[in-house]
Amino acid sequence: MNDVVISVTELTKCFGDFTAVDHISFDVKRGEIFGFLGANGAGKTTAMRMLCGLSFPTSGSGSVAGFDIMTEGEKIKCHIGYMSQKFSLYNDLTVWENIRFFAGIYGLSKSETKERAQRILEQLHFTSERNTLVGALPLGWKQKLSFAVATIHNPGIVFLDEPTGGVDPITRRQFWEMIYEAAHAGTTIFVTTHYMDEAEYCSRVSIMVDGKVCALDTPSQLKRAFAATSMDEVFRQLARGAKRGE
Amino acid sequence: MKKSNFQSFVKKEFLHIFRDVRTMMLVLLIPVVLMVLFGFAISTEIHNLNVAVVVPNKSESIRQAVNRLACNPYFTLVDEVANTDIDPVLRSGKADAVVVFDEDYDRILAQRNAGINTPPAMQFIIDASNTNVAQSGAAYLQQVLAENHTPQQLLNLHLLYNPQMKSAYNFVPGIMGFIFILICAMMASVSIVREKEMGTMEVLLVSPVRPFKIIMAKMIPYFMISCVNLMTILLIAHHLLHVPMSGGWWGIIVVSLIYLILSLTLGLLISTIATSQAVALLVSAMLLLLPMMMLSGMVFPLENLPTVLSPLPNIIPARWYIQAIRKLMIMGLPLSAVWREVLIMIAMIIVLLVVALKRFKDKLE
Repeated sequence: MNDVVISVTELTKCFGDFTAVDHISFDVKRGEIFGFLGANGAGKTTAMRMLCGLSFPTSGSGSVAGFDIMTEGEKIKCHIGYMSQKFSLYNDLTVWENIRFFAGIYGLSKSETKERAQRILEQLHFTSERNTLVGALPLGWKQKLSFAVATIHNPGIVFLDEPTGGVDPITRRQFWEMIYEAAHAGTTIFVTTHYMDEAEYCSRVSIMVDGKVCALDTPSQLKRAFAATSMDEVFRQLARGAKRGE
Repeated sequence: MKKSNFQSFVKKEFLHIFRDVRTMMLVLLIPVVLMVLFGFAISTEIHNLNVAVVVPNKSESIRQAVNRLACNPYFTLVDEVANTDIDPVLRSGKADAVVVFDEDYDRILAQRNAGINTPPAMQFIIDASNTNVAQSGAAYLQQVLAENHTPQQLLNLHLLYNPQMKSAYNFVPGIMGFIFILICAMMASVSIVREKEMGTMEVLLVSPVRPFKIIMAKMIPYFMISCVNLMTILLIAHHLLHVPMSGGWWGIIVVSLIYLILSLTLGLLISTIATSQAVALLVSAMLLLLPMMMLSGMVFPLENLPTVLSPLPNIIPARWYIQAIRKLMIMGLPLSAVWREVLIMIAMIIVLLVVALKRFKDKLE
């Protein structure tokens, strides 16, 4: 078993003259919570899309879950979960129908689906909401359900694109507890966020500025290196040098 | 694994449609409403044209002519008016047309019958504020009243395929062309764009389901609903409106299925262009429905187009479909008679599909 689940070398993506992602390299180990930080437009989303097999790199190489991102995108898709910043369940379907659908597209059998659905509902204390339309749930609940659905096929890696945007602090806290639990069970978490307090929860953090990875270390090491008391300060010191605006 | 993920996808699409009860009712009822509306209520035929007469004397022949008017189901005899009241009776809307008999009606008629050239024996004064009514009304009146003026008919008129000139025959193919574009192109494109707008498309694309399958799964429910609509329309047309279907059902169904696929392809293309549901709706309405109504021959005869515009209808898919359906349904030709229309539609499918799939792939990048 290789302990490195995401490995990227000199990954680059250009759109015409514009280099969105500029020769980035990093490794992510199994079970890590890897924080992927950067100001808007720094290239986070583009980098993440390449890792998920949604877009091809212009140059460089990388592997996710042991598969090449250039050639084995379809295989990668079977082994990752993904939760986007937009709410990504269907509001007009019930909790159960959403679970069944996502279990279905990941090819889970009927009995597996039933068992996982049961587990999710119990874990989230949702059993009574089984037949509620998702649209009627409060946002915090939706986000938690989203995360549970994104991991329904037990993926080795979960990509979370700003998962806690617009969620209240208490739900955010609960959400991070779910993330910890998943990481503890061996799932690698790759998460982008704007909240610097969340960055403190990560095992390691990379900060992107203008398409490059400027810093990559554990939160405590980063704070020491930048003589800062919080991740917020570290981020601001780095982001100050950014040339790309919002 | 492959099969089950596709199935759950199709199931989900049906759930979306069935959950939205109002839309579903709309989709299933539109064909019925349109058929009944166009078949019975809206009709280019004239019924009960209100006619007033100016009768200078009560001669036997005038009485007969007036009687003929009164008995005819197309006219309602409203009043006998004096010469001076013609204008008021038209203005007040009491009558749509006034028939004025000459004082010498009998004499003129007799001279006519003897083969002598005479001045006209009667005059029609018609309210032409609605040109359609005026034109058809004048034609009907002439047919009914002028009969005994021309003893030897110069002309033998023979109307083929739709001898009673029922307007329902004309509208049924048009309605079919319209409804399938509405459901397949408009609704399917909106449903694809909705996923993009909601952000769920991204999640689907990260899943192992191939993009092509996502599209197929979205199309299948609309295809099936359209098949239900097709059956509804054909049954209403045949049993309620008595459209002959003389070319046989199979030909009509085969051509319709090809047209359904063509409409779905159009929907797919629109979904790759539009970025929001509103845009998808607008594009379908402006680029598909409007030109379809104007240029498919559904409402306005294509022969009336100015020469510059005359090639334009050729790129409207509905034009070929409607033309084919008219041949099959009304003229009673066999499927082999519409091979040209079928080939053109298939060619359109291929071209549109290539463009749409290419655009779809580019968009993903």
